[in-house]
Amino acid sequence: MLSLLAAFVLLGTNVLMAQTDAASASPATDAAAADNGLPTAGYYILLFLIVCFIVAIVGKILKVYDLSQQVQGKKPMNWNNLMGALCLVFLVAAAYGAYWEFTVHGSMILPAAASEHGKKIDQMFWTTTTLTMIVFVITQILLFTFLFIYRYNAKRRGHFLPHNNTIEKVWTIIPAVVLTVLVIFGFFTWQQITNHIDAKGEPASINVDVTGHQFAWEIRYGGKDGRLGTTSYKLVNAGNKVGLDFKDKYSYDDLQADTIYLPVNKSVRFNIHSQDVIHSVYVPHFRVQLNAVPGLPTFFKFKPTVTTQEMRAKTDNPTFEYVLYCNKICGGAHYNMKKIVRVVPQAEYQAWLSQQKPYLTDQLKKDLKFAAESKGAEDKRLALNN
Amino acid sequence: MSTLAVHDHEVAHHGDDHGHHHKATFLNTYVFSQDHKMIAKQFLITGIIMAVIAMILSILFRIQLAYPDKAFPLMETLLGRFAPGGRLDSNFYLALVTIHGTIMVFFVLTAGLSGTFANLLIPLQLGVRDMASPFMNMLSYWLFLIASIVMLSSFMVQKGPASGGWTIYPPLSALPKAMPGSGMGMTLWLTSMVLFIASQLMGGINYVSTILNMRTKGMDLWKMPLTVWALFLTAVLGVLAFPVLVAGVVLLVFDRSFGTSFYLSDIVLNGSQVQPYEGGSPILFQHLFWFLGHPEVYIVIMPAMGISSEVMSVNSRKPIFGYHAMVYSLIGITVLSFIVWGHHMFVTGMNPFLGGVFMITTLIIAVPSAVKTFNWLATLWRGNIRFSAAMLFAIGMVSFFISGGLTGIFLGNATLDINLHDTYFVVAHFHLVMGSAAIFGMLAGVYHWFPKMYGRLMNEKLGYLHFWLTFIGAYLVFFPMHFMGLDGVPRRYYAFTEFESMKQWLSVNTFVTWAAIISALAQVAFLYNFFHSIFFGEKATQNPWEANTLEWTTPVERIHGNWPGEIPSVYRWPYDYSKPGAEEDFIPQTVPLSQTMSSNLPHDFEDNPAGLEAHAKWVNTQKSNEEVK
Repeated sequence: MLSLLAAFVLLGTNVLMAQTDAASASPATDAAAADNGLPTAGYYILLFLIVCFIVAIVGKILKVYDLSQQVQGKKPMNWNNLMGALCLVFLVAAAYGAYWEFTVHGSMILPAAASEHGKKIDQMFWTTTTLTMIVFVITQILLFTFLFIYRYNAKRRGHFLPHNNTIEKVWTIIPAVVLTVLVIFGFFTWQQITNHIDAKGEPASINVDVTGHQFAWEIRYGGKDGRLGTTSYKLVNAGNKVGLDFKDKYSYDDLQADTIYLPVNKSVRFNIHSQDVIHSVYVPHFRVQLNAVPGLPTFFKFKPTVTTQEMRAKTDNPTFEYVLYCNKICGGAHYNMKKIVRVVPQAEYQAWLSQQKPYLTDQLKKDLKFAAESKGAEDKRLALNN
Repeated sequence: MSTLAVHDHEVAHHGDDHGHHHKATFLNTYVFSQDHKMIAKQFLITGIIMAVIAMILSILFRIQLAYPDKAFPLMETLLGRFAPGGRLDSNFYLALVTIHGTIMVFFVLTAGLSGTFANLLIPLQLGVRDMASPFMNMLSYWLFLIASIVMLSSFMVQKGPASGGWTIYPPLSALPKAMPGSGMGMTLWLTSMVLFIASQLMGGINYVSTILNMRTKGMDLWKMPLTVWALFLTAVLGVLAFPVLVAGVVLLVFDRSFGTSFYLSDIVLNGSQVQPYEGGSPILFQHLFWFLGHPEVYIVIMPAMGISSEVMSVNSRKPIFGYHAMVYSLIGITVLSFIVWGHHMFVTGMNPFLGGVFMITTLIIAVPSAVKTFNWLATLWRGNIRFSAAMLFAIGMVSFFISGGLTGIFLGNATLDINLHDTYFVVAHFHLVMGSAAIFGMLAGVYHWFPKMYGRLMNEKLGYLHFWLTFIGAYLVFFPMHFMGLDGVPRRYYAFTEFESMKQWLSVNTFVTWAAIISALAQVAFLYNFFHSIFFGEKATQNPWEANTLEWTTPVERIHGNWPGEIPSVYRWPYDYSKPGAEEDFIPQTVPLSQTMSSNLPHDFEDNPAGLEAHAKWVNTQKSNEEVK
């Protein structure tokens, strides 16, 4: 049997090798085009059939062994003992596996939050993790050790225990109390995070407009006056991507940007819009996420606390960048809809801001003048929309 | 009232059986059957076929995630325009994800699970000859089958199946121009879903009315097995929640086809095409969807809980611990499940105050779930555990429910959900707690009640192999995903090649894909076992697991009407296993207390003062007899 398997493995490798040879020798010729992967698939199917065959043979051997034991008057195979033992083996192996996961993959997760509110989220996360892990470990150990200890024994009977009100009360009340604590902390933290109003005396947040559409983000800053002009989806066209309304005086100095620059330790407010389908602004390092919903402007206020440079040093990754990406299914290129976010010192931020181009481009000016001259035509268009 | 109903039914059936019963033809026995057992089998086999299809879809997109840069010419051969050059199209990838989710949640774990076991077990475990309305029951299956066919037919249309995710959020699903799958594919999806819901309602109303009106003599609600309790509450949930999804779907159809703006507002397509929609709200759809969607996950898990409770009690040879607590926690879950839907919407822009409220209700639902888990553990404690294949799957269900349930405490917390929403953490969570746990509950049921469906037993050893491969495989697939989610890796991404930070997970993705392939292949052991055992399995005895419930008093031949003579009466709860003083370690529900004097407990006579008196008298005589000795 084994030799047969070995022969197949060899054969399969030969087939594979032959393919790679053919592919490398003439990548664009008919030979490569004719190879539709069928031989490889056939090889794997054969391999699977052999495995099935082995399983069937092992099954028969077990059956014959079992019968012969019975004929000789010996005890048949005790599957209950075997399964009980397997439960214990699984418990040990899984415990090691979970430990390995936590140490290896656990070290690959996001670094500590780079924003003020994110620290609270992290704290809450680690508290919840500790509590749930205790429950996880205890319950799984109990489950699988019970299975081993109380495996079937013909001489024994189960312990008739239909209920025990005391212990049932205990394990209703304890989770209830623990969850109440989590709820209370979660509730107040959530309220603090979602409280978007700038406190009295606090300097106003920097407003950044983030507008999503298939499949990119448009970024707009308030310009010199720090205020964003109003927009209307009806004004959107190729030149005026976010539909900025120039009847609003705050619109004229608005800036457009390719990258989001944020000054460190300053409160920022993302004003989130969508033009077509639902997108989601997700910046995991800041613990920031909120959907961009067409017709429903949303906003998220936060304060970045670690600059990109500091984070590069911290993560030992010289090319590290904060990234804002889409986290709500939005179509074919959903997987590639990102904007780089740079957190920099205040001075660098000011220098960068002064270099940004105004939203009102020459082209847009030309378009608008044209629109102003033929005002009647524009009115007609609006009427159609209504 | 229930006695009367049963009596009437019985008489009618006797007339039927001996008089002018329809001639049993192939068509009315196997195809348009009105027998609940046959309908259960139809649901089960259709469910299994749908599950296999959805599993194959998942393997296809797992291959894409493991080898995003590699071309598989075979894929082009098989999928044609959906995989140009041997690489999945990114829109088709989303279609695969969408249809995988839809089929698994609705067609397998709702219809396949509830449809099978509610049809099979409600009449058999309650002592009923058939469902309240056998004809409606048959219609329920046929609508389900048509819905399945319509859903699958969307693979045949030019632009492919619906691909906006199984939650089909508008505007993506409402605007045919937004993505290819939102065209004809979405129309078929919506049609299929309306048919499916009609099927569920017919089934659900039938289950509820059968349970409430047609129980046999002595079968009061507190003597029903936990399976029936779970199926009952599931049916109630379905009847109340599914119509809301129809409402949501109909409004979506209006938006798509008749120019209304229920869900649409302020939309510009392709950067310049201003759309004439005004005043709608995409969030409205999410409210309507999740008003069904959240009860739906309990529709999926509660039958699995009921089945596992029953199977664990039988095979631990011990009464289920805290029967009343188990029922009350099911009721608690049922009620609470209607007021937690907002936890799917913490970061959708819904008013943050609402988020806080939904967080409170969501975390409360963890309490009944915890009670159930502890009660299962207590059921195993000091039991005499027989490892049947069904028992192993029931245990697997508990293990998955713990692992996946605990991460629910993270996601139910609005604060933590900010960073975890729509990441792989969510994928890991619901695949463990509702995907794997529910499918394990279903498999436990299949192995356990196979004799009641086919009169034969499935091969236990193959069942062991199936269990261990699937159990370990599922953990290998879903456990690493938690950590991907904690690194901010989003779900529904076609490839993780565009982000530097996500490239570190490529090896994990490859590993997960191979684990998924192996667990998928392990299902061949089940499929072979299932279909082979239908024809060649070992013949079952009447009560192969030595269980107490009524279905094991029916003859092995599985006749129409279930019991040849009178329907047995019920005298006790279904969990008298290993009762001290009893001759055997199980006492079926049909054995009167008067026949088991030596094992009766004062507790057995709670609502029966005359019985308690007789019991006290008997105990006294026993005592005086001993004294005389």
